[in-house]
Amino acid sequence: MRLDAKWYDLRDIGNAVGALLEQINDCGAPDWVPYVVSSLIGVVGILLWTVLSVLAFIWIERRVVGLMQNRIGPNRVGPFGLLQPVADAIKLLLKEAITTRNSDKVLFWLAPIVVFIPTLVIFAAIPFGEKMVLADLNVGVLFLIAIGSINTIAVFMAGWSSNNKYAMLGAMRTIAMLISYEIVQVLVLLGAVLFVGSMRLGDIVAWQDDYNTWLLFMQPLGLLGYVIAGAVEMNRSPMDIAEAESEIVAGYHTEYGGIKFGFFYQAEYLAGFGIAAIIVSLYMGGWTLWGLEDWVPGWLIFLAKMYGVFFIYIWFRGTLPRLRIDQLMGFAWKFLLPLALVNVLVTGGEVLLWQEAGLSAGEALPLFGVVNIALAGALVVGWAIALGHRSRERVAHRAILTNELGAIYYGEASPRL
Amino acid sequence: MEDTGTVVAFWILATVTVGSALMTAAVRNLIHAVVFLIVSFVGVAGLYITLSADFVAVTQVLIYAGAISVLLLFAIVLTPRGSRDNAESFLRMPALVLALLTGATLGYVALDTEWSIAGRDGFEETASAIGEALLDRYVLPFEIASVLLLMAMLGAIVIVRPEGANEEGAE
Repeated sequence: MRLDAKWYDLRDIGNAVGALLEQINDCGAPDWVPYVVSSLIGVVGILLWTVLSVLAFIWIERRVVGLMQNRIGPNRVGPFGLLQPVADAIKLLLKEAITTRNSDKVLFWLAPIVVFIPTLVIFAAIPFGEKMVLADLNVGVLFLIAIGSINTIAVFMAGWSSNNKYAMLGAMRTIAMLISYEIVQVLVLLGAVLFVGSMRLGDIVAWQDDYNTWLLFMQPLGLLGYVIAGAVEMNRSPMDIAEAESEIVAGYHTEYGGIKFGFFYQAEYLAGFGIAAIIVSLYMGGWTLWGLEDWVPGWLIFLAKMYGVFFIYIWFRGTLPRLRIDQLMGFAWKFLLPLALVNVLVTGGEVLLWQEAGLSAGEALPLFGVVNIALAGALVVGWAIALGHRSRERVAHRAILTNELGAIYYGEASPRL
Repeated sequence: MEDTGTVVAFWILATVTVGSALMTAAVRNLIHAVVFLIVSFVGVAGLYITLSADFVAVTQVLIYAGAISVLLLFAIVLTPRGSRDNAESFLRMPALVLALLTGATLGYVALDTEWSIAGRDGFEETASAIGEALLDRYVLPFEIASVLLLMAMLGAIVIVRPEGANEEGAE
């Protein structure tokens, strides 16, 4: 139905672009012209969209976190403070781009650019709609992981070239963190890839569309691992120990100001959108929504889901306290990694069972869903208990007066509580 | 290699790869050397793409540009500052001889071998073929490699473990 759509069918902008490319072909242009035109359209479209989204979300995030923390947030520039991000952007552009005297000049200039590229390249492989994907790679999932790993280098370049011990500390923290969580990321994504049997993101979305399900029901452990590893990769609170203000000033971008800092800031947001887009494509059905995509443009559904997932990350930031670095590393190696390994094992077994026992999708998928969700809950709780986590003994739900207690007990729970 | 795009891409990538590899050896600052090495790794990944080896290309970026180079950076940062540059050393001549010998061997093999030209149309998927080959025909080398990596990991843990740590791991 979608394939014979006309160029004005806005349910998929790929239709219009496809019609344009055919026109170019008919004019007798050389082979390479359609490639260049389509990639230009894709790049310009993605760039414009990301810049607008970042501007919007700077305002939304500050207002929402303000509401969560019982304060107002930006409210002076324009109605409801709506023009605040514009003012911030102009301020960053006009500020002097300082280069400190003893820094490594070349790397110092290069780092903000290198940190920006991979976060933008991620969107090339993301399917915004059935035909709205710049490069539907057949190794898409692996490509996303590989591009994400480039970030480490950029952060190291920034931290090292600043010649500042806080910057260096932040860079080392980031690298330790990213390397640990990259392993978790690879293992949890392996579960999703095993289930679908393809690394192409378009295929993964199509699989979820075909079976009318979302992979998050089949891969609850995978989703948990990826959401947490994603928070680490996008470097946001509660996982933002790399730039923990209360500990190491601003981490690896301590020495950056002006538009160079702006690059880091925007790259951080873009990484957030990228992770949200990956979660939506892999675990939440991408641009499909059980038939609604025939009526509403698929890319609108995709964007709505993506902003929703990103909102959850804002929620994390507004409500959870920052972890210590040893807690964060221990969490990756002791908690998430074993669970991810179990997830791979269980998923492999299920795929084998599905193929060998000749179950139909209608029988197999609900069964796997229920089993996996139950298993995920049991494993998370059981493994936490096995690692020595105990629920807090007694929590006072109201303030208790000293004379009600009879005495003040320091350091231990009172017998009457 | 008939169409212009592939030829242009090949020469650009080859220049970048070889140029940054030469710079790796030439620059004095070791961190800069590693950055050039990363550029070289990425260039090699690009060359793999022109050879339709998409899986290998992405793995090259993931393993070499993303992981091995970080290992190198860590090693440099943990080296004392005094010995942290690409200074002259007594190993210069042996290294030059070794590099020339390696280059000569590779060049001779490349020129001497009768390369069969693969007439392939379009982009084939290589990931599943590689996976099947690793777990079917070449399962023994694959398993040996994983045992080797496991041993390296256990060795690292043994080295890091503080001397005299008892069974419970208490200090």
